[in-house]
Amino acid sequence: MHALIQGVILGILTGGVYALMASGQTLIFGIMKVVNLAQGAMVIMAAYLAYQLFTTFGVDPFLAIPITTILMFGLGVGVELLFLRPLRREDKSELSLLVTFAVALLIEGALSLTWGTTYRSINAGYANSSWTVGSYQITLVRLWAFVLSLVALGLLFWLLNRTRFGRAVRATVQNPESARLLGVDAQWVSALGFGLGAATAAAAGSVYGLLYPFTPGSHYDLISRLLSIVVLGGLGSVGGAVIAGVIVSTSSAIVAATVSPAWSEMTFFVVLILVLLIRPRGLFGSVTRGAI
Amino acid sequence: MLRGGVFVAVLVTLPMLGLQHWFLNLLVFVLMYATMSSSWNLVGGFAGYPSLGHAGFFGIGAYTLALVFKDQVLATGYEPFLLLPLVGLVGALIGWPIALISMRTRADVFAIVTITFLFVVQTLAFNLHSLTGGSQGTALPIPPFSADHFEVPFYYVMVAMLLFTMGLTFATMRSKLGLSLVSIRADEDKARGVGVRVIGVKVLAFSVSVGITSMVGAVWAYYESFIYPQFAVDPLITIAMVLMTFLGGRGTLWGPVLGAVILESGQQYLTYELGGVQLYLIVYALIFLVIILLLPRGILPTIEDRLRLRRRRRRTDEAAAVWPEGPAIPSNTDSLSTLGGGAP
Repeated sequence: MHALIQGVILGILTGGVYALMASGQTLIFGIMKVVNLAQGAMVIMAAYLAYQLFTTFGVDPFLAIPITTILMFGLGVGVELLFLRPLRREDKSELSLLVTFAVALLIEGALSLTWGTTYRSINAGYANSSWTVGSYQITLVRLWAFVLSLVALGLLFWLLNRTRFGRAVRATVQNPESARLLGVDAQWVSALGFGLGAATAAAAGSVYGLLYPFTPGSHYDLISRLLSIVVLGGLGSVGGAVIAGVIVSTSSAIVAATVSPAWSEMTFFVVLILVLLIRPRGLFGSVTRGAI
Repeated sequence: MLRGGVFVAVLVTLPMLGLQHWFLNLLVFVLMYATMSSSWNLVGGFAGYPSLGHAGFFGIGAYTLALVFKDQVLATGYEPFLLLPLVGLVGALIGWPIALISMRTRADVFAIVTITFLFVVQTLAFNLHSLTGGSQGTALPIPPFSADHFEVPFYYVMVAMLLFTMGLTFATMRSKLGLSLVSIRADEDKARGVGVRVIGVKVLAFSVSVGITSMVGAVWAYYESFIYPQFAVDPLITIAMVLMTFLGGRGTLWGPVLGAVILESGQQYLTYELGGVQLYLIVYALIFLVIILLLPRGILPTIEDRLRLRRRRRRTDEAAAVWPEGPAIPSNTDSLSTLGGGAP
């Protein structure tokens, strides 16, 4: 029982980070109908940037987030303009999968060329300190990571629901044609939306780097988890991605605590298969033509 | 037909020319990738379901053979080859329910589900120590072939498998099945509406496709004689299959083969020239992007279009010479033949 509750605490705290990464991914799908297979690689890239800022300039990973956010936003916009925009409309969804996979490989190659393929981790001074509440351990890093994710998600929701840009984005998600008719510049929304999705990877990268050791190849683990979360939440639904992130991360932490950490990875896939069997469009997904 | 005959003759005679070992080795790999891309083409090219999970079945085939021949000594060395159909059957039987579940979704989500399946298989390969040996890997019996002609048996087995897969592709293109698959790619709802049994057809295509892929995985495992989870279940294998098919031309007979010849030899050259894995990844990704952006339909369909355009222009020129009033040939006759997804 003790292990179970400890697992739940750990899962919820980690779930915030997954929610953040997945919300960026699902946002990109919502706007452009593109499954961004490079989302994991972008998170790992942001983790390396935070690592470099920490080791050479001593910048705290949490404080590095504004810097990495700007860089990742630029990268996202660049990827959209260079590689996704030229695709022809009729086979865009198929080809964009391949393009984003190629971008993931490109990032992986560039990271291994710069930093090598050995595991790195960001050893901030507070990495190992923790609070004990009752008999349960709450690592400080995870708590801060959770708080940060909440703040970042709050910002994202504010941006989507309270600004002109956000309204354009939501309109495009709901109905691209009508949005265009009402004067939304779809190309501009796509580029900025992809940038925004990549920017969520920046904050997630800093946190990921603090929590886990990483190599350039880590993005394979990440992307498979992210995809399960996004499908569970319903492709294109940011709120769904947040809830799914917490659900999946908690159940995986419970499996890790009660069965074995080696099998916690499988929880993601079991959840995915159950979703597909019972409710293929996910918890909060709408029936998008062409997706389901 | 002539093209096919020459192709078979060249494939059969190549090893008799006393080629160097490195070249034969390269040929074996080219054949493996050509077979796998052709099999991927059956479901990804014709039916338009971009599976990213085929490497999982490659690994399933590899580990199936490894399990059967665990701790055995081979008498002739040909036993594993005789078992290949069984391996294919195992792959197809595992593929059947996977297809039934995953093909409830369309293009994007299907790709997601299949790539997650790939990671499931990889996790299993790492975690089921008693079966797979985990990250320490597992050994297969060492092929008792003489060192002088070590590659030759593998080469001929792969030739047979490639010809089998291409024959299957050819037969599919000529049959109602092929037409059903292409109609699913074009518009699945309409296809269902006009009476195509969409679920049966696409699940069948997927099972056959992954069955062949798992057979190639088994040959590969026997050829390498020691397998590790990260190489037996490698996302890069999936990507190679997809990329080769896209480069050569989706939904064509020769496209995947052409793509495999170009990319696999290019890849071996790059690893030899660049050495480091990191630089190789970057170059590979760049080639990948260039192909998709410049040749989104693949080499063969692009060439075919050019030729057709030139032929049509010549015809209209001739027509214009005879009837100066204007072209006598209706311009939309060719659009019918493109419906077949680029006939051979």
